[in-house]
Amino acid sequence: MLQIDCPYCGARAQSEFSYERTLDSIVTVEMPANEAVRRLYARANPRGFDDELWRHAFGCRQWLVLRRHRQTHEITSVAAFDPALHR
Amino acid sequence: MKRYSALALLKAGLTGQRGWEQAWRDPEPKKSYDIIIIGGGGHGLATAYYLAKVHGLRNIAVLEKGWIGGGNTGRNTTIVRSNYRQKPLHDLFDFALDLWEGMSDALNFNVMFSPRGALFLGHSDGDMTVLAQRGDALRCDGIDADLLTRAQVQKLVPLLDMAPDARFPIHGGLIQRRGGTARHDAVAWGYARAADALGVDVIQKCEVTGFAMTGGRVSGVATTRGPIAAGRVGICVAGNSGPVAAFAGLQLPIEAQTLQAFVTEPVKPMIDTVIMSQSLHCYISQSDKGGIVLGGDPDQFPSYAQRGLPPRIEKAAAEAIALVPALSRLRMVRCWAGTTDMSFDGSPILSALPVDGLYLNGGWCYGGFKATPASGWCYAHVLATGDNHPLAAPFAFDRFVRGATIDEAGVGVLPQLR
Repeated sequence: MLQIDCPYCGARAQSEFSYERTLDSIVTVEMPANEAVRRLYARANPRGFDDELWRHAFGCRQWLVLRRHRQTHEITSVAAFDPALHR
Repeated sequence: MKRYSALALLKAGLTGQRGWEQAWRDPEPKKSYDIIIIGGGGHGLATAYYLAKVHGLRNIAVLEKGWIGGGNTGRNTTIVRSNYRQKPLHDLFDFALDLWEGMSDALNFNVMFSPRGALFLGHSDGDMTVLAQRGDALRCDGIDADLLTRAQVQKLVPLLDMAPDARFPIHGGLIQRRGGTARHDAVAWGYARAADALGVDVIQKCEVTGFAMTGGRVSGVATTRGPIAAGRVGICVAGNSGPVAAFAGLQLPIEAQTLQAFVTEPVKPMIDTVIMSQSLHCYISQSDKGGIVLGGDPDQFPSYAQRGLPPRIEKAAAEAIALVPALSRLRMVRCWAGTTDMSFDGSPILSALPVDGLYLNGGWCYGGFKATPASGWCYAHVLATGDNHPLAAPFAFDRFVRGATIDEAGVGVLPQLR
């Protein structure tokens, strides 16, 4: 199992966290329809690193941004989610 | 191709098992093919076979980066059924079931298709309502489905925990008697051998690393064994659709996830049907070798690791033991994982892509094995004619943009929710 270093709680088991979506697929209300559709349905789905939105669902319930390798599971950064930055 | 038969077996038995020929050739890639299929799994090999058999094409290659039977075809839990709720899905899967029934004869290869029945358990009044509704939808389209009472389920699977205080009480079930299991790697081998006999080049250890483009159209592939030209190229690499489509600059509504399965030590026959619970998401069957094959949830986050998290195994095992307490006495001997192509409505994508000459067969989520023959049949149709087969028409790539998704679970765009 992965260990995720929550910036609020410290290192915790992955089973406390839930994956939400990639950072580049967040859809906002004011977004034009074609951009919203692209963000909903197009994924790079790389065999490598991607930036992902996770939630410490069974812990502090905060939203987190992970940079994670999808084949080796290496996690290079875990940061608090900032709605002003990530949209 | 020398035909397999009881007589051939007898003859070889009397002559020291000499004289068996290789099941398929190991050809060098040619400079050019009419159609190249990327991915030598069950779906890709079935596609090649039907291209040759139904459409009479011969200049076809299947490129496989590993070996035949080494990918998802050999990693699933071998369950075959067609009892989906939605019409486009059950029509496609039932066409597959018809082909499963005649597959061993058609391929001259024993795929050990065993229609032992596929049983969904109902654990509540709500479950039974959903199962009855699903059964009605199936019967309206001429697909077999029988709603079972609690007593009928007990008679069918005597080892189920039917106690009133059972962890997961059983109220009844829905069975598709034509459903069952098949030997998964035999399906890949059977299609490979039959396609090879019709002149298809099955090329192993040949990984595609890019596409050649001519005037905006795909004109071939770059591989680890050199460039190969092609009239049409079909991607058929479920689990890796994203990275392969990325060679053509495309992004798909697909995310890769890990799905695990595990098997116990072999025992005498104890479960002679396929038991599934969609409320729990746990499935149990017994292989012909005697092992109890079990599976559960995907890992629910993107991964290509082909190894999964222990909590998923723990959950599936706990559910299976709660349903069939006798399983608690068995030792687990093996667990493994495959990479599933999780599409964003839970249904496959089977059509042309927005790049000329390029086609996609993928997004099968965790349910592709049972579709193998129909998937190959329909994919061969679109690769040969350029038009989607009527059964595959609802599964076109552009359905997401059109809002015409086929969402069996009704959970929307996030694959980890299905």
